[in-house]
Amino acid sequence: MINILIELGFALFSIVIALLVGIAFILLAGESPLDAYHALYIGSIGSWREFLNTLWRATPLIFTGFALALPFKAGLFNIGGEGQLLVGGFAAGFVGFYFTGIPGGLHVALAIIAAIAAGALWGLIPGILKAYKGAHEVITTIMLNYIAIQLTIRYGIERYRIGGRQALPTIQDSAKLLRFNDLAELPVVGSLPFIEAFALPGLRLHFNFILALLAALFLWYLLWKTTTGYELRAVGFNASAAEYGGISSKKTIILSMVIAGALAGLAGAGEALGTHHTFMSGMDAGLGFTGIAVALLGRNHPFGIVAAGILFGALSQGGLEMQFVGIPSEIVTIIQALVIFFVAGLQMLKWFLLKQREKGEAE
Amino acid sequence: METIAQMFTLPLLLISFRYATPLILAALGGVFNERSGVINIALEGMMLFGAFAAVYGSGVTGNPWIGVLYSIGAGLAFALILAIVCVTFKADQIVVATGINIFASGLTIYFLQVLYGVAGTSPRAPRLPSIRILGMRYNPITLIAVALVPIVWFILFKTPWGLRIRSIGEHPSAADTLGINVNRYRFICVLISGALAGLAGAHLSIGEFSAFVREMSQGRGFIALAAMIFGKWHPVGAFGAALLFGYAEAISIRVDFAFIPSELIRAIPYVLTIIVLAGFIGKAIPPKAIGKPYFKGED
Repeated sequence: MINILIELGFALFSIVIALLVGIAFILLAGESPLDAYHALYIGSIGSWREFLNTLWRATPLIFTGFALALPFKAGLFNIGGEGQLLVGGFAAGFVGFYFTGIPGGLHVALAIIAAIAAGALWGLIPGILKAYKGAHEVITTIMLNYIAIQLTIRYGIERYRIGGRQALPTIQDSAKLLRFNDLAELPVVGSLPFIEAFALPGLRLHFNFILALLAALFLWYLLWKTTTGYELRAVGFNASAAEYGGISSKKTIILSMVIAGALAGLAGAGEALGTHHTFMSGMDAGLGFTGIAVALLGRNHPFGIVAAGILFGALSQGGLEMQFVGIPSEIVTIIQALVIFFVAGLQMLKWFLLKQREKGEAE
Repeated sequence: METIAQMFTLPLLLISFRYATPLILAALGGVFNERSGVINIALEGMMLFGAFAAVYGSGVTGNPWIGVLYSIGAGLAFALILAIVCVTFKADQIVVATGINIFASGLTIYFLQVLYGVAGTSPRAPRLPSIRILGMRYNPITLIAVALVPIVWFILFKTPWGLRIRSIGEHPSAADTLGINVNRYRFICVLISGALAGLAGAHLSIGEFSAFVREMSQGRGFIALAAMIFGKWHPVGAFGAALLFGYAEAISIRVDFAFIPSELIRAIPYVLTIIVLAGFIGKAIPPKAIGKPYFKGED
């Protein structure tokens, strides 16, 4: 419990420092920090609708955060969230527009399954190469990111696009992921009390957020309540000791990468089926890399990642409002990068303090 | 048949050097830091920031050579972050480098807005002069990049300094026993790689072009990383790989293939790198101590 509080304290501390340093960038832009952060607040959690839109922004970040965190528990660094998201998004967008005449629920499900399969494949490749060939996963996943960009954004869109827009054709209505503001129009659900709280114009939150929460529960259960999860963490602590204890580190490595790829693929599915209703150029928008920061800030714990994802989602959503009042929204990106530096740096500070204490005890 | 003939024309081979220049420079930088045992996936961000700084310096002073100095300074500044946080404070190299890449992307667009009031492309700045060799125009940075290859090889393989760098990357504690200051060498190697990546950025913005465009490095820092691995952490190998990748870019842009989409040709460098890394054609073995911070007095 104390440990969790310390972790939380460190996370909050690094965000506060990042926001403080961010002031310098706001001043340099000739703007008032007070106005900027007020806009950030108003735009992210200032109203019920903006809060829900913050959750919408957070959804893909939570998934890509998971995609880093799970292999990390097994001692692997999955930089490939970006590529896994892209192939997932492309698969979902493709199934969504290419097939017609499939009933609503089934079509969405098929598109999501396609995204999961494509993402999992993009995780399987580096997993196998790491397990059987020892190829460094950081490099192979980076390469796969760029292969994914060429295959989906460059080649895939070029092959199927209609007109000048850099996107696949719009998906069929039957493949659209349910949005929260459509809830009130549904037959049974629509008559529930308070459902009109979601019927807001401009609300973009869709059901992938619910899937993200379910994924958090699934990961928590997998990691701490199942043998597979135990094996995964054991390999992460000490691969050779785990191997000695009868755990196949090869199997564990591959499994963690496949699940990670599937989760990042889901992020892509949500963007394609819920947010944009198509697969388009630029829809990845660095979500895979920001997910690394989210996982780091969330201390690689499923629930921590949900919280960190919402925080980063709030920053992106609030950044829009900042742009609206004339302050460069890139300050938000800068703050996100600063958070990474401070979390990584503070982690070392903690390690250093621990070391000092051990030394003191030894003497 | 005509396509194949198009693929091997002299101008195409010559222009490959231009496409390869940023890859050569950043890959040589990568050879330095990886040989000393530090992973640098922030080459991309350093290149991007260097590209911006070059345009800024060139625009402010009217002298593109000052722009080149600015780009080197920009690469050094980001390298300093990586060196201090990862070498001195021993934080995770991948995490911090990812942060630097995000930082570079945000910072350059922020500066575009603050300094020029634009979101996409900076105003024009004076570009470097071009030199004609065999009928092909090159900017001086291409020549610098090619000239650096034997110099880096000489430093790494023929000087005691280079021997120390390589020994640190393989077995830091043994090097430490011999009285080599492991972390100081790593610090310097990271700075060198930042300077070279920054210079690579200047090639993009004021060498081949005369303005900065947001995200203009377009993953070249990562291709450089791939070239370094494909060249097996050797300066000459990295040069050859960078040239090959530059050639792949050149043919994907300039040759019209009937049988294979050009977008897929541009994926070839990445596919080749994975194949080499997995040991399907000749094993690529990284320096042993790569990515691990060095703590004195531990193994």
